Amino acid sequence: MTNSFGEFYKAKMFLVIGSNMAEAHPVASSFLRNAVRNGAELIVVDPRKQRLCDIASMHLQLKVGSDIALLNAIMNVLIAEDLYDKRFVENCTTGFEGLKEKVSTYTPEYASPICGVSPEMIRETARRLATVKPAMLCYTLGITEHTCGVNNVKSTANLQMLLGNMGMECAGVNPLRGQNNVQGACDMGALPNVFPGYQGVALDASRDKFGTAWGALQMSSKVGLMMPQMMEGLPSGKVRAFYIFGENLANSEPDIHKVEHELGSAEFLVCQDIFRTETTRFAHVIFPSAAWSEEDGTFTNSERRVSRVRKVCSPPGQARPSWWIFKQLARRFGVEWQSNSTREIWDNEVSVLGPAYGGIKYSRIENNGLQWPCPTEDHPGTSFLHKDGKFTCGKGVFSPADWTPPAEVPDEEYPLVLSTGRRLYHYHTRTQTGRCRGLNDLLSEETADISGEDAKSLGIESGEMIRLKSRRGEISVRARITHEVPAGMVWMAFHFRESCANWLTNAVFDPVSFTAEYKACAVRMEKL
Amino acid sequence: MAMSAVKLKIDGMEVIAQKGATVLQAAKDAGVRIPTLCFHERMKPIGSCGMCVVEVGGLSEPVASCETAVEEGMSVITRSDKLLKARQDALTALLVNHPLDCPICDKAGECKLQDLVFEHGITHVAMRPPTSKFTAGYSNTFLRAWPERCVLCTRCVSACNEIQGIGALQVVDGAEGRRISYDESKCVSCGECIQVCPVGAILEKKAELRWRPWEVEKVRTTCPYCGVGCQLLLHVKNDRIVKVSGVEDGEPNKGRLCVKGRFGFDFIHSKERLTTPLIRGENGEFREASWDEALDLVANKFKQIIAESGPDALAGVSCARSINEDSYNMQKLFRGVFGTNNIDHCART
Repeated sequence: MTNSFGEFYKAKMFLVIGSNMAEAHPVASSFLRNAVRNGAELIVVDPRKQRLCDIASMHLQLKVGSDIALLNAIMNVLIAEDLYDKRFVENCTTGFEGLKEKVSTYTPEYASPICGVSPEMIRETARRLATVKPAMLCYTLGITEHTCGVNNVKSTANLQMLLGNMGMECAGVNPLRGQNNVQGACDMGALPNVFPGYQGVALDASRDKFGTAWGALQMSSKVGLMMPQMMEGLPSGKVRAFYIFGENLANSEPDIHKVEHELGSAEFLVCQDIFRTETTRFAHVIFPSAAWSEEDGTFTNSERRVSRVRKVCSPPGQARPSWWIFKQLARRFGVEWQSNSTREIWDNEVSVLGPAYGGIKYSRIENNGLQWPCPTEDHPGTSFLHKDGKFTCGKGVFSPADWTPPAEVPDEEYPLVLSTGRRLYHYHTRTQTGRCRGLNDLLSEETADISGEDAKSLGIESGEMIRLKSRRGEISVRARITHEVPAGMVWMAFHFRESCANWLTNAVFDPVSFTAEYKACAVRMEKL
Repeated sequence: MAMSAVKLKIDGMEVIAQKGATVLQAAKDAGVRIPTLCFHERMKPIGSCGMCVVEVGGLSEPVASCETAVEEGMSVITRSDKLLKARQDALTALLVNHPLDCPICDKAGECKLQDLVFEHGITHVAMRPPTSKFTAGYSNTFLRAWPERCVLCTRCVSACNEIQGIGALQVVDGAEGRRISYDESKCVSCGECIQVCPVGAILEKKAELRWRPWEVEKVRTTCPYCGVGCQLLLHVKNDRIVKVSGVEDGEPNKGRLCVKGRFGFDFIHSKERLTTPLIRGENGEFREASWDEALDLVANKFKQIIAESGPDALAGVSCARSINEDSYNMQKLFRGVFGTNNIDHCART
């Protein structure tokens, strides 16, 4: 997030696109509700009539995967009607002419049939966005989980720069991260192209710096594989050993049949987890690790805040903290790492090697955490980025993009769009929430959320078991008829194994980010 | 003195307060404690309990300090015989309608009513049979109501509406006076009502282990679920988390939690936890192993693969739920020891 949760309650306007915040980030949504109660305007862009629509002044119920067409059309109106922030565009950005040219074809009349939102509504949205300043744009995986995910993200940034909604409080482009420490795992360099602090592996200076600090035996300058590429490398033997730490890929990745074939063909698979999962079935060795609350450490939230996590009990049996397990493996390669606690790892390594974390030490985050960039120990942290329109690379770069449809669209054989997401009462593949007393009572099984229209045409009653088929697989699941879902769409989550949406989803990826298109594939629904 | 400042006297002491501040706030800033029951820092003043009354020079009757704005030259008295009597009367009025079931109440020991009654020296009340203060049973998977214990402070209603914006709780007026109504179809089990209830009227059901407030150690931590990073207080007894509450003034959540953050803590105590390294044997079944054996096996296999096929034949994914220090060490192992950048995690999903 460029901005912070603490700004939500005083914001004047929100554009929430592809974010089911009320279920996936409930506390963030409570601050948004407070703002709306205080008079802020909320525009929701979502294929579903999700919970925030109740308090929204407008709901743009776009077709799945049409975000770029809609955003380009809004920008078309802003430019055509001269409503954009000329001062910001002139002083703080580059590439405006390219954007103007690109969106010139996306008139509301052109975009409307693509995105299913009327030209009047597109114009009205643009005009409202131009009237209130600043506005916060929030998005979640509805933007990223498409084959055009990167272009979707760029389009949200284009819009906010065009509106001049960057570099100030209550503005910005704000992706709400789905997991407690997905921001932190990125920050720590659990990515194939960067060291901790986003320092590129291809840069000689970075490799020298980390190589020296780590007493490294050898450092590769070659950008590594992304997760889907790793798994695709298993059957061919390109990847011979695969080490999975705390991920249940057999449920969480698209097209479970494909994923299980890949995991099953691994020559050597190591899993490190707190439970046996569908994924550990394929392991050759399982390391039992300490869980949350069994070790001290830090998480970094969506707003870049590094907060403390504390140990209150001991890991069961022989389970050990994961950092310790990695250290023992390094030792077996003849490398002795100095740090012997998470505090030493953070204070003496992460904070020293990552300039943005230089001022963050355990002693400073006993209570509230600190938001990076926080370069020095007297720095208060940074609540919003790009202050006064000054971007990291100088000026904000417009990156115009064309709309592209999802890789698989409905046809005669598979006439419905399946889109997926998360539900309030569970988390991911339920390795955690499935073992918490009570949560299973509130949500004990998956449903296929369908429209009354589609249910009627097949004679399906709410609560009835139905079959869903895609080109990858099929499942039996209970139908839930709801006004939230428009005709032609099925919506599901991936929390439950037997009826997991990922038996059906399409393993196609954005060419840059390798994010899977969880949000769109084609399915057929059958009465049983 | 800044334009927005107001000068007043509290218990004879000169105090400077922000214009627009309440007398209660000004007193607190000056280090003067006025007893409160329904007032809560995170909510607008409710003014239902009558505890925070003060005497203001020129006014014949005491006023609620939570709802009275400071004024230039104001003279405020927070302690007097008259005020003590008023507060005792207010407490007694609550207590005659409140069951004295403290021995079986989970709130005992951290109950505001209990503390205030003790502080104000009330030792006897003429009991009436306590009546339900809720229009209907307020009960779901996680919340248990004790509708007789309610003191109708309506903090829970404010919390549900003002803070969480859910609207499952409302105040309704009926033949028996004000009551709390509960709409289960709107409730999302966030438990904000539990967190703000000053008495034992709404409590968590989830209590596998019984505890008394003075037996638990409270430890601040960060929630293990979504990317908001809510600050939690873990209530710990005998190496077990028994309850979770929100850190009232913590960033970013300012005391708020959701159903997973408040009630999704016991997975770590599951009997299904992995407790020993496991190695797949010849027969395809897992067998228990020592750390040395399992680590040696993995290290030797990795060395063999690196020798035969180079380090890029290894790949790893880190965990987006685990701590920064774990992800740091894992990528350090892959880059600095194995010599490959084949390290990723579910960064984009």
